[in-house]
Amino acid sequence: MEWETVIGLEIHVQLSTQSKIFSGASTAFGAAPNSQACAIDLAMPGTLPVANEQAFRYAVMFGLAMNAEIGKRSVFERKNYFYPDLPKGYQTTQLEEPIVGPGVIDIELENGETKSIRLHHAHLEEDAGKSLHEDYQGMSGIDLNRAGTPLIEIVSEPDMRSAEEAVAYLKKIHSIITYLGISDGEMSQGSMRCDANVSVRLKGEEEYGTRCEIKNINSFKFVEKAINVEVERQIDLIEDGGKVVQETRLYDADKNETRSMRSKEVANDYRYFPCPDLLPVILDDDYIAEIKSTLPELPDAKRDRFVRDYNLSSYDATVLTAERATADFFETVAKTSGEPKLAANWVMVDLAAYLNKSEQKLSSCPVSAEHLAQLITRIKDGTISGKIAKQVFEAMTAGEGEPDSIIEKRGLKQVSDTGAIEKMVDEVIANNQAQVDNYKNADEQKRPKMLGFFVGQIMKASKGQANPQAVNEILLKKLNEQ
Amino acid sequence: MHTKTIAQLIEGLRSKEFSSVELTRHYLQRIKERDGTYNSYITVTEEAALAQAEAADQRLAAGDDSPLCGVPIAHKDIFCTTGIRTSCGSKMLDNFIAPYDATIVENYQKAGAVMLGKTNMDEFAMGSSNETSYYGPVKNPWNTNCVPGGSSGGSAAAVAALLAPAATASDTGGSIRQPAALCNLTGLKPTYGRVSRWGMIAFASSLDQAGTLTRTAEDSAIMLNAMASFDAKDSTCVDQPLEDYTAGLSNSLQGLTIGIPEEYFGEGLNPQTAERVQAAIKVYESLGATTKSISLPHTHLAVPAYYVIAPAECSANLSRFDGVRYGHRCDDPKDLADLYKRSRGEGFGDEVKRRILVGTYALSAGYYDAYYNKAQQVRRLIKQDFVDAFNQVDVVLGPTSPSPAFEFGAKSDDPVAMYLEDIYTIATNLAGLPGLSIPCGMVDNKPVGLQLIGNYFAEGKLLNVAHQFQLATDFHQQLAPETA
Repeated sequence: MEWETVIGLEIHVQLSTQSKIFSGASTAFGAAPNSQACAIDLAMPGTLPVANEQAFRYAVMFGLAMNAEIGKRSVFERKNYFYPDLPKGYQTTQLEEPIVGPGVIDIELENGETKSIRLHHAHLEEDAGKSLHEDYQGMSGIDLNRAGTPLIEIVSEPDMRSAEEAVAYLKKIHSIITYLGISDGEMSQGSMRCDANVSVRLKGEEEYGTRCEIKNINSFKFVEKAINVEVERQIDLIEDGGKVVQETRLYDADKNETRSMRSKEVANDYRYFPCPDLLPVILDDDYIAEIKSTLPELPDAKRDRFVRDYNLSSYDATVLTAERATADFFETVAKTSGEPKLAANWVMVDLAAYLNKSEQKLSSCPVSAEHLAQLITRIKDGTISGKIAKQVFEAMTAGEGEPDSIIEKRGLKQVSDTGAIEKMVDEVIANNQAQVDNYKNADEQKRPKMLGFFVGQIMKASKGQANPQAVNEILLKKLNEQ
Repeated sequence: MHTKTIAQLIEGLRSKEFSSVELTRHYLQRIKERDGTYNSYITVTEEAALAQAEAADQRLAAGDDSPLCGVPIAHKDIFCTTGIRTSCGSKMLDNFIAPYDATIVENYQKAGAVMLGKTNMDEFAMGSSNETSYYGPVKNPWNTNCVPGGSSGGSAAAVAALLAPAATASDTGGSIRQPAALCNLTGLKPTYGRVSRWGMIAFASSLDQAGTLTRTAEDSAIMLNAMASFDAKDSTCVDQPLEDYTAGLSNSLQGLTIGIPEEYFGEGLNPQTAERVQAAIKVYESLGATTKSISLPHTHLAVPAYYVIAPAECSANLSRFDGVRYGHRCDDPKDLADLYKRSRGEGFGDEVKRRILVGTYALSAGYYDAYYNKAQQVRRLIKQDFVDAFNQVDVVLGPTSPSPAFEFGAKSDDPVAMYLEDIYTIATNLAGLPGLSIPCGMVDNKPVGLQLIGNYFAEGKLLNVAHQFQLATDFHQQLAPETA
């Protein structure tokens, strides 16, 4: 039997407003428990919410970037349930009339194809606080700093057919929100969280299978793993004659398995109704147009421009534009050095490897775009070879400063002085007579391959600093004179 | 001093006939001596009142002309007051002290008023008799076997018993106007959005509106001047220019058209109450107004629609009282569910529980369309009735409540009979219109209220119409027995 996976994602994104969605309390991460919860966040009696305009701007920016309809009239509703970290006993959210309506976005797959994923809608809502169950001698602690932090919940249609597609879509959303600057997108801090609705059906089947919702997956890697392991579970279950039960499941990263949290059948009746404390928010065309005019260049447009302006391959351009910080970094290096191809290579290969290995972000990287551009310029003008450049780069990552001073301090300047190189070539030829004889006796076609030995010896003698082009020329000339 | 109106007290304070401290002491003394009978106050803030009075005297001496400088008033215990308990008439909040003031409390402070204390009320403002208060029932100064009305029964009794010259109150379905009618007072519920709801503990957010209980329409205008403001902390507050509500009081009623809705004089209205209201209509005609019979065809749907919408909103509004952060918490909860169940079970009284259950039911999956949505549709029809009416008339006139004050226990076992107390007042809240009740005579030595309903933000017109009636009659000057 051939199975098909069907996936829809619900992504919660914390908006990076200064204050909360309905109160003036700060949203900064990491403060002492309950130090950023005001009377409104604590749901003290008589307090009232006032909607944060910035949250609306951010949501509209997102909607425009997703090519989605903007809800010109949007309504907050109350979603009722009791939980200690939900102070009002209801979450203020949107249901019938969300701020962002249907839209569509393209994702790029690894095989180079693109696929369209439809957005069902995105709505604004408030986050809950946190319940802390450790360290309180059997009691629970409640931290309401996060209560009231603005979120947009982004709900896709069930358009994804594999974990890879789901990750590509999630990365695309991540890329868009960080480009827009409406969220820091930090999954590790909970700024972006993902629930995956997963079902399977036989290939060719029209009806969807029964779905399970995997809650709160907090990294790209886990999204992929959680979906794959859940798909496997569902297929095994059905092939063994069982049935998938609609339920909420939790992904356990340590055991790499999903397990049942609660069954939807006994789920809460949330008794949604329009919040009478907040009036419907009406946005006019001018307001939306004004926001549209301030949108930054988005990943797709930037990718196309990089292909056009810098002559990059579509793949390279896609990789470089996935993150706004990377794209900006690349563009500075490319423009400053005038060498976009080299810039792309250095950013995608050497810099990426370093960041990956040292688990750093571009923002905290000791190598600046200006320094990397200088390094590339030095390769181009023959001051150093590509090989030496790797050494210089390593020193730059160690925080030793700009390339010119590293080259100077370490004496890495490439030797282009023909006299000095000739001397080294003569020595190598004199010390390796047997290889010289072999070379001379070999036929024309085999000779270039054999040249490598001599070049290696010379480079070794020069500690890598000899200009490879000059070495090649002089070596050829001298060997032919033998 | 205690028989003086607010207007007269302001005059007396400015002319140094008496000081604010003397006046405040006098009221505190009266409360001490007499409130044992009425139970109109939950908390008397003697020390704070005297300190405020002293400060007011200094300001008066320095020539301060804040409109209410040195005038003592009482606040319904639904308005949050910094450092002073705000119970909302409930065991749930018996220990609750807010770290903030309601906007209207702040507004009265700015106007120079002195707070005597916090008045009794039906629990969470749910009731029409003040029998649901955790702090015990309030007695009607006109007849202590009778209820003062509710939910602002404490504010009404305090003013009627001359234990405060005026009091703040709130009205979700008639909670200012019905007690005003039953206690021979002038009670004003302004347009929804005219007065900030910040710091007023919510019962039904789309209906709740703060207002005042006074002995005259003129006092009502003076009190509204200080109370009304645009408040950015309340998203439903309307940014409407402020006006001096005393400015138009003396306008002639010549040419005024008063609408008399036929539906307000049907079955269920006490015939003697009807007579007093008819007599009031004659007074208006003698003042030059013309009357016109009108129809508000959806009137009969107001009570059922209200008893879906108000409980639905209250069921969510009261979820925050969960024993977790403030308010009543049960002893030794064994787990989270037990904490919720017992804290709320012990903290809320029967009427509050009834409304939470009704509201929860009305919002439940499968019932939402039949109840909540239907009720909202009815609400729009009721509003449209009034919009149509105000195309023809300037104000609408009718009885405030179907009959005068009833005895304790008479309706407390029959919620529907109790809910029908508000049959004439509820539509105003559903439509968001301003409404006012003024005294128009007695039945069996118990006061009868005349209700006037105005167009949106037409409080000035309403107060003018009420004031002219009070210039022509003396019903409002009659004082409850043994109060002078």
